[in-house]
Amino acid sequence: MRGVLAACLLSLLPGSVAAQQDSIPHSLSGQPGDPARGRAIVANRTVGLCLLCHSGPIPEERFQGNLAPSLEGAGLRSTPGQLRLRLVDARRLNPDTIMPPYYRTEGLTRVARNFQDKTILSAQQIEDVVAYLATLKD
Amino acid sequence: MIRLRLAVALAGVFCASLAVAQATDPRRSGYLEMGPALQKMQDDDTANPAMLFVQAGAATWAEKVGTAGKSCADCHGDAAVSMRGVAARYPAVTPPLDRPVDLGRRINLCRTTHQQAPALEAEGNDLLALSAFVTLQSRGLPIAPPEDSKLAAMQAQGADLYKRRQGQLNLSCASCHDDNAGRKLAGATIPQAHPTGYPIYRLEWQALGSLKRRLRNCLVGMRAEPWEEGAAEYLALEAYLMDRARGMPLDAPGVRP
Ligand code: HEC
Ligand code: HEC
Repeated sequence: MRGVLAACLLSLLPGSVAAQQDSIPHSLSGQPGDPARGRAIVANRTVGLCLLCHSGPIPEERFQGNLAPSLEGAGLRSTPGQLRLRLVDARRLNPDTIMPPYYRTEGLTRVARNFQDKTILSAQQIEDVVAYLATLKD
Repeated sequence: MIRLRLAVALAGVFCASLAVAQATDPRRSGYLEMGPALQKMQDDDTANPAMLFVQAGAATWAEKVGTAGKSCADCHGDAAVSMRGVAARYPAVTPPLDRPVDLGRRINLCRTTHQQAPALEAEGNDLLALSAFVTLQSRGLPIAPPEDSKLAAMQAQGADLYKRRQGQLNLSCASCHDDNAGRKLAGATIPQAHPTGYPIYRLEWQALGSLKRRLRNCLVGMRAEPWEEGAAEYLALEAYLMDRARGMPLDAPGVRP
């Protein structure tokens, strides 16, 4: 009984999100994501940081990066589970990726004091971004 | 006449090979990533805001200070002669120490030992201005770090740090400046990170700033913990970056967005 409880608690921690092959099928927060909130996170250069590297269909943000593929069509190319895994830790798909691990704190060195042991986004923020990306179908 | 023609022909060949060497060198100063307006601001000494600091530095150069009552000029004479090429080879090993120091530290060693005056505040305007004045005397000269085993060890340490991933975003310097130089990070073109223009006047800072300050900005961007003031890591990175830019002309004092 204790073991089961411990396992359940553990599964809530960022380090132990269950990943199957190339996808994390279940919501990290247990709640569905909100695409409008997700869009705001992606657009915000100090929260999502996405547009530093990516471009995307967010015309009001003028300066978008080109270090990474456009987010346009992300919801066509990947399932929500695949998008979730990319956000949680893109190193699982490509160990050399420069895409930051948004929901993992291990394997990092010299993290700034104010960010130590914190994930870049929270579980619910990841869900919101996944919900937004899933709407990008063209 | 024939001799003249030969000389012209030889000069032609020489210039052509120099142009080829430059055309095949893939290294680019951050100057080239700026728009024409900022390039013009850097090129025009009457418009480059860093030149105001250079003027202040020139005054400090001539000022008698400390219990020794000596100015820099009292020992070194005309900076245009004595300081020519100096900034192009720092960090370097210098007496009385037996390890590499950066130019600012070298200046402060003169303050404390030869002038018997208190060291200028690290990163403070007085030291930056004096450094800019000294660096100006190397403008256009190729970066030329000396061959020295202690410096080599430091360059190697810097090369290692440069490739190491760090911070919450898990990026290395190389992730941006080797693998993605020339691309756009949001609105900014990522430069190749050559330290050719330091100290720089950065519009975002509204101030003259050191290479160290630039490195701290990058560390903050990576969400990595900046090393503490005076840490050996900054010196190692600077030594590595200067070695990586060996042969490139100094274009300090630079202007950056
Ligand atoms: C520092 C750079 C960087 C940042 C910041 C970044 N990414 Fe990425 N991302 C990449 C790169 C590079 C790739 C290409 C695949 C790879 O190298 O792993 C990628 C791939 C992706 C993909 C798959 C692309 C496709 O064609 O389907 C998605 C989706 C994605 N990123 C979403 C995001 C979102 C959403 C954010 C912000 C919350 C973000 N990324 C932040 C660099 C970045
Ligand atoms: C996420 C990308 C990124 C990373 C990682 C990064 N930098 Fe930078 N760096 C930049 C950008 C962009 C600039 C251009 C300055 C600007 O306009 O903000 C820059 C500027 C510089 C410059 C100034 C070049 C010039 O011409 O004046 C140097 C030197 C430099 N970086 C070194 C480093 C070092 C060393 C590291 C690692 C400790 C590092 N950077 C990490 C993006 C990065």
